[in-house]
Amino acid sequence: MTPLLDVKSLTMTYGGRIGCTDVSFTLYPGEVLGIVGESGSGKSTLLNCLAGHLPPDRGEVIFDTRAGGPRDVLAMSEPERRMLGRTDWAFVHQNPRDGLRMRVSAGGNVGERLMAVGARHYGEIRGAALDWLDRVEIHESRIDDRPAAFSGGMQQRLQIARNLVTGPRLVFMDEPTGGLDVSVQARLLDLIRGLVRRMGLSAIVVTHDLAVVRLLADRLMVMKDGRVIETGLTDQVLDDPQAPYTQLLVSSVLQV
Amino acid sequence: MSDTDYNFAYLDEQTKRMIRRAILKGVAVPGYQVPFASREMPMPYGWGTGGVQVSAACLTPEDTFKVIDQGADDTTNAVSIRKFFEKTAGVAVTEKTAEATIIQTRHRIPETPLTEDQILVYQVPIPEPLRFLEPRETETRKMHALEEYGLMHVKLYEDISRHGEIATAYAYPVKVEGRYVMDPSPIPKFDNPKLESAALQLFGAGREQRIYAVPPFTKVVSLDFEDHPFDPSKAPHPCALCGAEDTYLDEVITDDAGGRMFVCSDTDFCARRRGEAA
Ligand SMILES: [Zn+2]
Repeated sequence: MTPLLDVKSLTMTYGGRIGCTDVSFTLYPGEVLGIVGESGSGKSTLLNCLAGHLPPDRGEVIFDTRAGGPRDVLAMSEPERRMLGRTDWAFVHQNPRDGLRMRVSAGGNVGERLMAVGARHYGEIRGAALDWLDRVEIHESRIDDRPAAFSGGMQQRLQIARNLVTGPRLVFMDEPTGGLDVSVQARLLDLIRGLVRRMGLSAIVVTHDLAVVRLLADRLMVMKDGRVIETGLTDQVLDDPQAPYTQLLVSSVLQV
Repeated sequence: MSDTDYNFAYLDEQTKRMIRRAILKGVAVPGYQVPFASREMPMPYGWGTGGVQVSAACLTPEDTFKVIDQGADDTTNAVSIRKFFEKTAGVAVTEKTAEATIIQTRHRIPETPLTEDQILVYQVPIPEPLRFLEPRETETRKMHALEEYGLMHVKLYEDISRHGEIATAYAYPVKVEGRYVMDPSPIPKFDNPKLESAALQLFGAGREQRIYAVPPFTKVVSLDFEDHPFDPSKAPHPCALCGAEDTYLDEVITDDAGGRMFVCSDTDFCARRRGEAA
């Protein structure tokens, strides 16, 4: 099977300081990859390089495009990359304010990606928005409200709906449950897991929260100081960590 | 004769050349906002400094100049700009649309169809149609460059969701020659169909330092949805003075008792019709 994403020797430095170095991995369709590590481990830098938000120094990010088969995203022109970013790719930010238009209604937020790829029928766009609000458990009566009137958990669910409405083939998530209350986190996590399973989504989830990856990720990559120090099936890595650092990470979460 | 303290039409020749280059670029790329180095003019921003600079760069001594503000030739703004060019360029001025070779306008397109021998110069307050939803200039430029205009329809979507119809009545966004989305300045959407014209249309934004153009016979399409098509609606009255049924009307108060009537906003058009009818 052709990998959906094939990352080779990705390296990014900030003026001599290492962001991430020599990262390689493959992601197959329908797979969810968790990337864990403490802040400063390079996991966010890696995610932003993969998603095209930061230009890496070296490496390849080969994506199996719908039309042209495997292509190095880093070698694409900016218009092509931006087109990918609003069609086949989606990015869920930790802070929903970074991923939503706060002055646009919930329906407009969900509909934007549809309109960006040419949807020009108001009734159909609104129908899709209603469907997606329902899927992320936002009541239809809120469709014309602005996200500023929503709770943090609702904003995050709206951001997810806005991202998934065009049926992306790869979803990047940056600490999707970060900054939320524990009870809200649990509900959001259940929702994301349900969507991932039902839609067969391929996703890369960056988090410092091992509970998130235990629930969502099929495979795990552990990062420290910009390097991948351990990879494996999620249960394997969490139940029988090999690297001393991973052991520390796992044991500290168990103590919580 | 023009006042000898000024160069013809106030601006120096070098500045006029710079503005003409921006105009030519705008004509070559219809609907594209061309940056230009806006000069200080002896009038405040908001009084049409962008339009005045474009007019100054286009005027020749043989031109006949007309200025309208909301369709009328006799408002303070229109009168002061007309006087400005009478004084600095010594050109002939007129209130008759058909006699003018250059017409500077704020917020209207004349009702009388324009010809290939005419230039219509618009005063533009905010040239960027994407501004209200995306305040970052770097981002809006990129969106124009990459033709990423989904956001424009988000604005129209918001209109319909809030008001049940596209409530944007002025500065209604258009797509020019199938490429650039453009703000036609705050003309009523009633005027949008007239943007497809035989005349050269030039748009000047002084404070924002942008010039753009719609060359003669360019395709100009008002954005809409399939199930909410563009509607250049007008008030359901004829003009109370000339009886025209196909013009843009202003509501005017006629007496202290609150009496009101609807009359053509294009004063020259209305007067000419009444003259003809008489
Ligand atoms: Zn009339």
